[in-house]
Amino acid sequence: MIKVGVLALQGAVREHVRSIEESGAEAVIVKRKEQLQDLDGLILPGGESTAMRRLIDKYDFMDELKRFADEGKPMFGTCAGLILLAKNIVGYDAPHIGRMDVTVERNSFGRQRESFEADLDIKDVANDFTAVFIRAPHIVEAGENVEVLAKHNGRIVVAREGQFLGCSFHPELTDDHRFTAYFIEMVKEAKKKQLA
Amino acid sequence: MKTGTDRVKRGMAEMQKGGVIMDVVNAEQAKIAEEAGAVAVMALERVPSDIRAAGGVARMADPRIVEEVMKAVSIPVMAKARIGHIVEARVLEAMGVDYIDESEVLTPADEEYHLFKSDYTVPFVCGCRDLGEAARRIGEGASMLRTKGEPGTGNIVEAVRHIRKVNAQVRKVVSMNEDELMTEAKLLGAPFELLLEIKREGRLPVVNFAAGGVATPADAALMMQLGADGVFVGSGIFKSDNPAKFARAIVEATTHYQDYKLIAEISKDLGTAMKGIEISTLAPSSRMQDRGW
Repeated sequence: MIKVGVLALQGAVREHVRSIEESGAEAVIVKRKEQLQDLDGLILPGGESTAMRRLIDKYDFMDELKRFADEGKPMFGTCAGLILLAKNIVGYDAPHIGRMDVTVERNSFGRQRESFEADLDIKDVANDFTAVFIRAPHIVEAGENVEVLAKHNGRIVVAREGQFLGCSFHPELTDDHRFTAYFIEMVKEAKKKQLA
Repeated sequence: MKTGTDRVKRGMAEMQKGGVIMDVVNAEQAKIAEEAGAVAVMALERVPSDIRAAGGVARMADPRIVEEVMKAVSIPVMAKARIGHIVEARVLEAMGVDYIDESEVLTPADEEYHLFKSDYTVPFVCGCRDLGEAARRIGEGASMLRTKGEPGTGNIVEAVRHIRKVNAQVRKVVSMNEDELMTEAKLLGAPFELLLEIKREGRLPVVNFAAGGVATPADAALMMQLGADGVFVGSGIFKSDNPAKFARAIVEATTHYQDYKLIAEISKDLGTAMKGIEISTLAPSSRMQDRGW
């Protein structure tokens, strides 16, 4: 069975675990870097990116996360997770994992009272997908190999670059598992390629 | 496109899970908290133990303090309004505060009615001692709960009592038959529909954090082990000898609450924790948890 981890330092871990299981894969709650070795794919959940980063550094996770990315294994970042994946962050000198060729801006839709939900059509994934945006970032700029899968009011909110998938909102907060299922398919394809 | 929906308001609290929310009284403290890995800060004029010491009427913080904290950090900023104080809550909402705590730490403005929180775009967190109280607050529109504990005492005993009580009552509701739930709703003073939902889902529909008396990393880990979704630390951090170190230790203990070796390591040489208060020495009038219903 496909094994997908959820980075569980802080944030919406339980919801992602449920969604992975509903999509027919095995979910692993990742609190230690050693756990990354056995995984086929990894979800970086929503939460507070600054808090997650501190814990990533504290437990020496960063090198292992970068290695995971460099091995070609799929990674899916939602909200704060997208910020962790991005190569550039507006207003910051250095990225976090920094492997997905996008520039993101934090809290770019405003504070909590401006947080919202909206129905999106996500290319290759789902139509009418209810997306919950909470103090969400957005993708200001996407590199040439990045495919834009959805926009909201002209802003890029879903994108994929090969093994990397990122979105501004929280697919884990609804009972609609189509987006997670799409990622699980990415993981399956990547695993097939690795075995071949 | 819809703002202020239950999903958006409750979802915001879901994103705070496994994290620590710290009380701060100025921009400098807010930065220390953010740097230490806090998931949010609560902007206050005084921390609960100072409110206790000062006596008199405790009100919403000076908006200038709240504004200063909002400018200083990129993590969410919460602030407290008095129970039932519609205008304090609207003022904080207008300022763009990310979460409002309708809090018993402040002197209640209304001894009979809590705010109708569904009416607001901004989400609310409220304290609870048992499932009846938790369910009434959710019924009014609270998007997040926390134990009341006994704020500003540095004594964890009341928070432990409250989280155990709520979780035991949730387990009871889940195990009951549906035809028993109306009577249980009456006994608890809880909305019936909410009990049905709790039975169906097997848990509360919103997150429940620990608050009111967390003074050490071990206290934070204890509350997580008892089933809290995260931790509020009020007076504990900035009343300790070395706030930055203390804050980092509390964050780590909350993440790795079952890693006892790690908790031993981070608890070393933290300096003196805040001085605590034995609950039985409190006069009834200074028990904050008895405010609200």
